[in-house]
Amino acid sequence: MKRLLSIELQKIWKNRASRILTITYFLLLTFLSFIASIKFDIGPIHIRLADQGIFDFPFIWHFNTFIAAFLKIFLAVIIVSMMANEYSYGTLKQNLIDGMSKKEFIISKVYTIIAFAAVSTLFVFIVSLILGLVFSSYDEMSIIFSKMDYLFAYFIKLIGFFSFCLFIGVLIKRSAFALGFLFMWFMFEMISYAIAYNNFRNPALIDKIYDYFPLMSMWSLVPQPFTKLNAVRTIGSQLGVEDLRNYDVPYTSVVIVLVWATLFIYASYKIIEKRDL
Amino acid sequence: MKSTILSIKNLHKRYGKIHAVNDVSLDIQKGNVYGILGPNGSGKSTTLGIVLNVVNKTSGEYHWFDGTLETHQALKKVGAIIERPNFYPYMTAKENLELVCKIKGINYSKIEEKLEVVGLSDRKNSKFKTFSLGMKQRLAIASALLNDPEILILDEPTNGLDPQGIHQIRDIIKLIASQGTTILLASHLLDEVEKVCSHVLVLRYGEILYNGTVDDMIAHEGHFELQAEDMERLLQTLLEHPDIDKASEAEGKIIAYFKRNVEPSALNKYCFANNLILNHLVLKKLSLEEQFLALTQ
Repeated sequence: MKRLLSIELQKIWKNRASRILTITYFLLLTFLSFIASIKFDIGPIHIRLADQGIFDFPFIWHFNTFIAAFLKIFLAVIIVSMMANEYSYGTLKQNLIDGMSKKEFIISKVYTIIAFAAVSTLFVFIVSLILGLVFSSYDEMSIIFSKMDYLFAYFIKLIGFFSFCLFIGVLIKRSAFALGFLFMWFMFEMISYAIAYNNFRNPALIDKIYDYFPLMSMWSLVPQPFTKLNAVRTIGSQLGVEDLRNYDVPYTSVVIVLVWATLFIYASYKIIEKRDL
Repeated sequence: MKSTILSIKNLHKRYGKIHAVNDVSLDIQKGNVYGILGPNGSGKSTTLGIVLNVVNKTSGEYHWFDGTLETHQALKKVGAIIERPNFYPYMTAKENLELVCKIKGINYSKIEEKLEVVGLSDRKNSKFKTFSLGMKQRLAIASALLNDPEILILDEPTNGLDPQGIHQIRDIIKLIASQGTTILLASHLLDEVEKVCSHVLVLRYGEILYNGTVDDMIAHEGHFELQAEDMERLLQTLLEHPDIDKASEAEGKIIAYFKRNVEPSALNKYCFANNLILNHLVLKKLSLEEQFLALTQ
């Protein structure tokens, strides 16, 4: 395992573009704290996020994992290109000739995905913990470490998304096209959902069906936290809208995403196994 | 007894309608230098690709080292270069070799030595993408030699190189061959094969046409050119030789083919015994090139 991971990390770390993206990604994760200074006005209501309790335990676990997940696109670029480059450089062929088995090749990529997801989760955990300790109004241990399953959901979300990226990289073999395809797939899920949702008689059913789509299931892993904020709730209740959403991590989605991740990794392996180089 | 490094049995590969490798069987023995000859598209690279785990076979079998190792484990003891050098362009020569060491599971101790062999020591910290084609190919050879392989497989190693580059690569191959490493060299450059190989395989349309030593292939069909004062009697005498196959006069010389190997001295003696004094006697052997063209026509 150490051998495979060190091979893969050398490939990524020696590449300047990947190195810069990785550093930027982790810097941005640490800068989550800047969200504290965001202010915005809705008519007469002035909102400063830091005052809305976003850094209160345990809400901070939810809020930060949701925001941090947007940054995953940085690592997605690295993962897509690390896979697609193996084809364009011809190094997949060379690695196999040098005595790597096809299975080892995929496993080394999967280790990298897990390492990226794990380190990201650890980062978000540390940054949130520090922010929370500084800003949170609650400091009892039992509250600080409650609702930590958002971190778990975040980890699964990254694993699922990166596996999807790996699969697209293997399938399409060219970084630029693969990233284009990723974007197109994203648009496809969004647009087809919007159309179906608005035109079908039974929108609840559409919601259920789309829960099984790869990106939608990843999206629903960490529900959006904004309507949970005090200010938004206040506005909502003033307008007479009761918030009845469920903000818990949906464990059915965890299962769906894990199934997708397994499928993507297995399919990547099968493609590499069957394809002549 | 020599040990078998690679044994291929009834290997087939089809790409749709095209039968790229058709029933190829061969054994590679330790210590020999093999040449694989064949026109473009004759299935050389496909055959090598299959045994190197990058192309899937349609049917047939192959075993490395008497089947004692799985293919990918066996490949750690093989050095191979196919067609063009594949390395990470953003890594230096040394870093690329370190990566190969990690894959093969060996330590970095041989890197300097192998870079020295191919003459790239002073460029070891340059990025691969800054290399010329000849340097890239030499780095590929260094990489293939890293584990002191049991067998070195070279597929068109001099393709696209300038004369100096070709010469350098050829010298390196000769050096390696002289150290007793088994070599499998696929090429369509015949003099290259003739110069370095002891055995030869000729492929066409995915089938083996010839499999044997280079000497046998060349010696196979030698012929004599003869001249004497009395050409008519010479022809007559030659046709009476017990081993004669055919003889005819062309451009003032007699061309004689024999059914088996006849030494020039023996032939000279035979003519002299028949009161013929030759003023011209040459044993002509077909070059590998002519032989190859005759085989693949």
